[in-house]
Amino acid sequence: MLSRNFTDSLIEKLIFACGFAAIILVSLIFFFLLREGLGFFAQYNIKEFISGHFWYPTSKPAGFGILPLIMGSLFVTLGAAVIAVPVGVMAAFYISEVAPVAVRDILKSGIELLAAIPSVVIGFIGMVTLVPLVRVIFDIPTGLSAFSGALMLAFMAMPTIVSISEDAIRSVPGTYKEGALALGATKWQTMYRIILPAAAPGILAAVMLGIGRVIGETMAVMMITGNAAAIPDTIFDPVRTMTATIAAEMGETVKGSMHYKGLFAIGLVLFVITFIINFIADSFLNRVKK
Amino acid sequence: MNPKTAQKIAFSLLFIVTLLIIVPVLLIVFIIVKEGASAISWEFLFTAPKDGMRAGGIFPAIVGTLSIVLCAIAVTLPMGVMAAIYLNEYAKDNLLTRIIKLSIVNLAGVPSVVYGLFGLAVFVMFLKMGVSIIAGALTLSIMELPVIITTSRNALNSVPQSFREASLSLGVSKWQTIRHVVLPNALPGIMTGAILSIARISGETAPILFTAAAFYVPHLPRSVFDQVMALPYHLYIISTQIPNMPANITYGTALVLLVLVLAMSLAAISMRIYFRKKKKW
Repeated sequence: MLSRNFTDSLIEKLIFACGFAAIILVSLIFFFLLREGLGFFAQYNIKEFISGHFWYPTSKPAGFGILPLIMGSLFVTLGAAVIAVPVGVMAAFYISEVAPVAVRDILKSGIELLAAIPSVVIGFIGMVTLVPLVRVIFDIPTGLSAFSGALMLAFMAMPTIVSISEDAIRSVPGTYKEGALALGATKWQTMYRIILPAAAPGILAAVMLGIGRVIGETMAVMMITGNAAAIPDTIFDPVRTMTATIAAEMGETVKGSMHYKGLFAIGLVLFVITFIINFIADSFLNRVKK
Repeated sequence: MNPKTAQKIAFSLLFIVTLLIIVPVLLIVFIIVKEGASAISWEFLFTAPKDGMRAGGIFPAIVGTLSIVLCAIAVTLPMGVMAAIYLNEYAKDNLLTRIIKLSIVNLAGVPSVVYGLFGLAVFVMFLKMGVSIIAGALTLSIMELPVIITTSRNALNSVPQSFREASLSLGVSKWQTIRHVVLPNALPGIMTGAILSIARISGETAPILFTAAAFYVPHLPRSVFDQVMALPYHLYIISTQIPNMPANITYGTALVLLVLVLAMSLAAISMRIYFRKKKKW
């Protein structure tokens, strides 16, 4: 039989290895995106890629300008942020500071429920309910637009924004609140004069993470935004995001072709963007802890 | 304005805004249940699609999703829990630990479709697994790893330090302490996280688009190297790619997916509430 010391140290080694796995995986993801993506940039000008106006991956000569896709992602993301940030932060305040305990539990379960609904289900429901509604209300030729996508994504970013803001609000020391209340401030004055500034770094992190979620969202956005790879003039135009482009086109590419590598190059851009966002959000959260 | 009135107005506004989030959630569930219930039948749940998806059932998609998800959790759960043990019990507060933590944060933020690309490049192409259950499951397991690590770490962290000290002071080794004292007490939290993860990956579409999912496979998978139909992908296909799709089948598919995911989430949430009440410390 193996000695206990031997099995112990074997298991401990396995545990260390699993800890390192996270670093290895992040590097692996970057490495494989880079491997396919760099092959693309060897044959295609990177400036042309970022600023080109035309995404015509299958025509001859092919155009691999992702500016329309970047603009698509930008329109949808900014639109979603404009809606989601105030709504999410206000809801977080209501849930953590105003709602009675019983109501709070119900609301929190509701938000958890929302987090659990698969993106493809939200996309489907958006297609059959929101899209026709947007078309009629704003009198536009198709409801499949950046606006519909932004609305849906704002909704999908809620669980992230609400729950992380709520944590930030709850981590404000109780003495701050008591001090303000003792001076005769109302609960509401305490909330926006004292708690909001004190929780601001955590709320900022929540917003960043929410935006990260929105940029990366794929299925719902592919089903709702109309999939037109053209630079939009207004938020009511159909757009196509970077994520949707990868998801919609990868299935039809020839493995190893320029089109295939080009989609990896888009993946690389997405990876770098979300990496930066998460890095910043994490540093905000660390500041909260200190 | 009188501060008291201002507060009343502000609180009402906050309440209304919160409803703006909650009401659509209930509406979504309500619409899907109402429109989809009529499609649910024995035949719908246990037979394959017919007539180019416009009739028949969704059995292969249900089996496909279950097999991908079970394989994925079998890989990610042990790995994630061990990584969490490392971070919570062994890791010292040094540069390496900080880099590991940062990697986990970033792993959690990578878009799901980028995981799909990674799975395609590594499992499907580089390791030559082809589009298969195993390639999709491995892709999903990597995607879910940061979530499992984080929830398991929180569970381990909530076990009081005195438990560990009591065991160590009796001369028990570090690993034995973790194995027999810390883990059993953290288990409910770890299981809750695991169930929530299963629920989440059951609904994921983008990572399996190019690694596991097939448009139509009439038979059930014979090995982990087979392509399969999957519920979320099937819903995507029938709601966007197939003209003249009978609406109740689409709603019915959405309903099955939603029930699968929500049932698991609710189970996890009630488990958490139950154990929180039972906890003695």
